[in-house]
Amino acid sequence: MEDIYAKFVSQKISKTRWRPVPPGSLQTADTFAVGSWDNEENYVSLWSIGDFGNLDSDGGFEGDHQLLCDIRHHGDVMDLQFFDQERIVAASSTGCVTVFLHHPNNQTLSVSQQWTAAHYHTGPGSPSCGSAPCTGIVCSNPEIVTVGEDGRINLFRVDHKEAVRTIDNADSSTLHAVTFLRTPEILTVNSIGQLKIWDFRKQGNEPSQILSLTGDRVPLHCVDRHPNQQHVVATGGQDGMLSIWDVRQGTMPVSLLKAHEAEMWEVHFHPSNPDHLFTCSEDGSLWHWDASTDVPEKSSLFNQGGRNSSFLSHSISSQTNVHQSLISSWLSTDPAKDRIEITSLLPSRTLSVNSLDVLGPCLVCGTDSEAIYVTRQLFS
Amino acid sequence: MEELDGEPTVTLIPGVNSKKQMCFDWGPGEMLVCETSFNKKEKSETEPGCPFIYIIRKDIDVYSQILRKLFNESHGIFVGLQRIEEELTGKSRKAQLVRVSKNYRSVIRACMEEMHQVAIAAKDPASGLQFSSQVSILSAMELIWNLCEILFIEVAPAGPLLLHLLDWVRLHVCEVDSLLADVLGSENPSKHESFWKLVTILVLQGRLDEARQMLSKEADASPASAGMCRILGDLMRTMPVLSPGNTQTLTELELKWQHWHEECERHLQDSTFAASPHLESLCKIMLGDEAALLEQKELLNNWYHFLVTRLLYSHPTVKPIDLHLYAQSSLDLFLGGESSPEPLDNILLAAFEFDIHQVIKECSIALSNWWFVAHLTDLLDHCKLLQSHNLYFGSNMREFLLLEYASGLFAHHSLWQLGVDYFDYCPELGRVSLELHIERIPLSTEQKALKVLRICEQRQMTEQVRSICKILAMKAVRNNRLGSALSWSIRAKDAAFATLVSDRFLKDYCERGSFSDLDLIDNLGPAMMLSDRLTFLGKYREFHRFYGEKRLTDAASLLLSLMTSQIAPRSFWVILLIDALPLLEEKEVVFSAEQTYELMRCLEDFASRRPVWREPGVQRLQEDVENTKLEMLRLALARNLGRAIIKEGSLEGS
Repeated sequence: MEDIYAKFVSQKISKTRWRPVPPGSLQTADTFAVGSWDNEENYVSLWSIGDFGNLDSDGGFEGDHQLLCDIRHHGDVMDLQFFDQERIVAASSTGCVTVFLHHPNNQTLSVSQQWTAAHYHTGPGSPSCGSAPCTGIVCSNPEIVTVGEDGRINLFRVDHKEAVRTIDNADSSTLHAVTFLRTPEILTVNSIGQLKIWDFRKQGNEPSQILSLTGDRVPLHCVDRHPNQQHVVATGGQDGMLSIWDVRQGTMPVSLLKAHEAEMWEVHFHPSNPDHLFTCSEDGSLWHWDASTDVPEKSSLFNQGGRNSSFLSHSISSQTNVHQSLISSWLSTDPAKDRIEITSLLPSRTLSVNSLDVLGPCLVCGTDSEAIYVTRQLFS
Repeated sequence: MEELDGEPTVTLIPGVNSKKQMCFDWGPGEMLVCETSFNKKEKSETEPGCPFIYIIRKDIDVYSQILRKLFNESHGIFVGLQRIEEELTGKSRKAQLVRVSKNYRSVIRACMEEMHQVAIAAKDPASGLQFSSQVSILSAMELIWNLCEILFIEVAPAGPLLLHLLDWVRLHVCEVDSLLADVLGSENPSKHESFWKLVTILVLQGRLDEARQMLSKEADASPASAGMCRILGDLMRTMPVLSPGNTQTLTELELKWQHWHEECERHLQDSTFAASPHLESLCKIMLGDEAALLEQKELLNNWYHFLVTRLLYSHPTVKPIDLHLYAQSSLDLFLGGESSPEPLDNILLAAFEFDIHQVIKECSIALSNWWFVAHLTDLLDHCKLLQSHNLYFGSNMREFLLLEYASGLFAHHSLWQLGVDYFDYCPELGRVSLELHIERIPLSTEQKALKVLRICEQRQMTEQVRSICKILAMKAVRNNRLGSALSWSIRAKDAAFATLVSDRFLKDYCERGSFSDLDLIDNLGPAMMLSDRLTFLGKYREFHRFYGEKRLTDAASLLLSLMTSQIAPRSFWVILLIDALPLLEEKEVVFSAEQTYELMRCLEDFASRRPVWREPGVQRLQEDVENTKLEMLRLALARNLGRAIIKEGSLEGS
C-alpha cells in the first residue's frame, strides 16, 4: 500500500469510524470520527480527507487529513459509532453513553443526548462511585445497544431518556463487544471466550444461544457480522486468532485462523465487498485478508510482504452437508482449496493499532503511537 | 565525585514561600514539596501554613502537545535503529546510520515548523514568546545534531568535510532565500537597497553561481562597472571546488586552488576593483582575508558561519583533526573579547574538538529535556564511539540517559507506552526499571489493564502479571463481579484467591439456594484444577446439572466422591449429606449397598466431629433442625441399604 498517509495527533487513538455515506449516493467516504483514550483530556473529533487540504496555506498536501472539529469527552472513548449522518454515539470508561451532534454549518460538535450511568457496579465498596466502563455499542436507527464491564446490556432509543430494556447480569464476565445479528437479535462476546445471542423479544436474562471456544476460554475482543450472510460472524481473540462462526450450526467456530501475535482489537468485513476482511492488533499490525475466490492462481498460499507468521486453518466441525451455493468463502474450511491472501497494510510495526474502519476504497486506523493512518486506494 | 559543572540554577516554585520550612520527596520524574512545621517548638496555629502539596515536574518538555509528536515519531526510528544492528557492516552500515540520523533530524524539523506556526498564531504574547523560545531550542538541537552527524557519523574526510560544513551553514542560515526572492522580484534588482548585502551573503555562503548571476545583472545595469563584474565573475567561476563525481585527488585540488588564490591576490594588488568598494571587499572575502570577513559580522550572524567561510576561502582541504584549532580561533576572533561564549557555542566547540562526552554533557545541562541527549547518545553508541566511557554509577552513559528519558515518559499520563521499548534496550538496568514502573500504572479500565498485562507477559514478568491480575480480581470482588474475579484469578494462576472467590460463590449458594454466573462455572474446563475449592465448586455444580438432567446414578457417585475424596470443605458436608436425601427417596435404587455404607460412614464421621454448641439460643435451634435432618437421613440410609441389598441380591440370583 503506497498511498497510506500518517499523521501524528498528540493523543492516543482508541477508535476511528467513517461517517456513513447517504444511501444511494455516489460520493465516497470523506469524513471520519476519532476517539482518544488514556489522555488527561480525551476528545471526540471529526476529520476530513476532503481535497480542500490543497488550499491550506500551511503546507497541507493532498491526501493529508485535516481536523474539522472536536469536543471534550469525559473518560476514555471505549467505542464510537455513527448513529446517522450527523450523530455519533460514544461509549465512555465512566459508564456514560453520549450522543454527539455535528453541526456542519459552523463545524462544531455538541451533546444532544446522554445516559450518564448506563453501566455501573452494585458492589458494596465500588471505588469509582460504582461506574463501570461501557465497552461496546451498536446502533441501528432508532436503537442503540450498549454493553459493559458490569456484564449488563442496555437497549436505548435515541429519543428516550430511560433505557427501553436492560438485562442485568447478562454475563458473569466482561462483555467486550456487541453487534446486531438480525433486527431484534444481538450478539455479544465476552472475556471467557463465549459468543451469546440475545433476543429482545424474550423476557428474562438468559441468552437464546451460547457458542464458545473450547478449552482455554480465550477472551474475545471484537465481533463483526458478514454484511450479506447474517449467519456468518467473525471474532478476534486475545491470542490474536481470527475465528469464523456459523451461528446456525454447532456451538464452536467453523474455522480458527492464526493471525496476530497479540490481542486482536477489531475485525471488520468490508461492507460492500465482504470477501475482504480487515483486522488490527495490539502487536501493531493491520492486516487485509482477501478470500475472494476469483483470485488467480497464486504462487504461494499467502503473501505477507516478508512477515513471519504462520498461517493455519483447520476445520473443527466437518459437517459439509450444506448447499454449495450457500457456502460463503469464509465458511469453506478446506485449507488446500482456500486462497486467503493476507497483506500487511502498515509500512512498519508501531505500537498497538486499536481501531480500524473500512468504507468503499478507504481505510482509516488509529494507534497508541498517536498516529492516524488513512488510505484511499485499498484495492488498487 | 566528579566536579560540579557550574552552579545549578535556582527554580522558584510559584506559591511556595521559600522562607518557611519545606519538606520534599523524590519520585521517578516528579517531586512533592510542601510546607512543614516539623520539630518546631512553638504552636504552628499562629502562622497558617500553605495548605497545598506541590507536584514539581522535572522534565517539562514531556508535557508539550507538539513535542509529543517528536516523542512518538522518534520512538519508531529508535526501535528501527535497535533492530538494524550487527548484520550490517562497513559502508552499508554507515549509510544506514546516516539515514537514521537524517530521519531524526527531519522529525525535529517538522516539529520546529509546527511550533513556528503555533507561535505565529498564538493569541497572547506570553505564550507566543514561549513557543518561539521552543522553536529556537529545537533549532539549536537540530544544528548540534547536524554537526554531530557530519563529524561523528558521516566521518567526512578532508575535502568533502568542508562541503558538508557548507551545507550545514546554508541549512541553518536561511534568511537568504527570502531575501533572494525579494531582490529578484523587484523591478530593478541591482538597484535594490539590499542588493550588495545579498551578493555578500551569497559569497559568504559559497553560493558562487548565484552570486555570479547577480553580478551579471549589475553589469547589465551599469556599463561602467561591467568589466570589473566580469573579472570577478570569472574568478568565481574558476574557483576550484571538489565535486562529488570528480576523481581528482586532494593534491591536485590544492595545487589548482593555490593558483586561483594567487590570481585573486594579483587582481587585488593590481587594484583591479579599486573603483568599486563593493567588488573589492568581495574579492577580499574570497581571499579569506580575516579583517574583511570580520567586517561582515552582521551578515555572518555567528562564529561558526565565520569559521566555515574562513575555511572555504583559506583552507578548503582542512583535515578533521585541525578543525578545533580554527574553531577556537574563529570563536575568539568573532567574539573579540566583547562577550563570553554561550552554552551553544561551547557545545559546538566541543563537537569541533571531537569531544563527544563534552558535547553530551553540555547538552544535558543546557537543554530542558532528555530526548535529545538520549537519542543522540544512542545513535553515537551504534556508531561504536562510546565504548570506552563508563560512569562511576549505574551502567554506561547510553543506558543512563535512556533510563532518564524513559522514566520521564513513564511519569507522563499517556506516554508510558513509549517508555517500555526504551527500557527494553537497556540491557543492564532496563528490566528492573520497567518492573518498578509498570506496577505503578493506574489501571482504570480492563482494556488498559490488558495492555499492561501484555507488556508484562511478553517479557515473562510473572510477578507483575500476578500482581496486576490480583488487583483486577480484588476490584471485581469489591464490585460484586464474582465471575470476573474468578477469571482474573485463573489467569493469574492464583490458587489462594481462586479459593477465596469459590468460597464466596458457595456462600451465595447457601444463602440463595441457586448458583450465579453459570456461564463461567459450567465452562471452567481444566482451569478447575487451580485450587481444591474451585474444583469442588465446579464438581458440585456438575452434580446439580446431573441431578437436573435426571442422570441420578452419575449424580450419586459424584456426590459421594466429593465427600470421600476430602475435597469438600467440612462446613459444606451437611449440605452434601442433605443433598443425598432426595436421591435416597427416589423410587429406583440409586445408591448401591456399598455406596450406602460409604455414605453412612461419612455421616457418622461428620456427626462425631461436629462441634458441640454450649450457648443456648438460635444456634441451639439450628442444631435441632440439623439433628432432625440427620435423623431423617439415617432412616433413609437404612431403608436404602435394605432396598439395595435386596436388589443386588436378586440381580446376582437371576
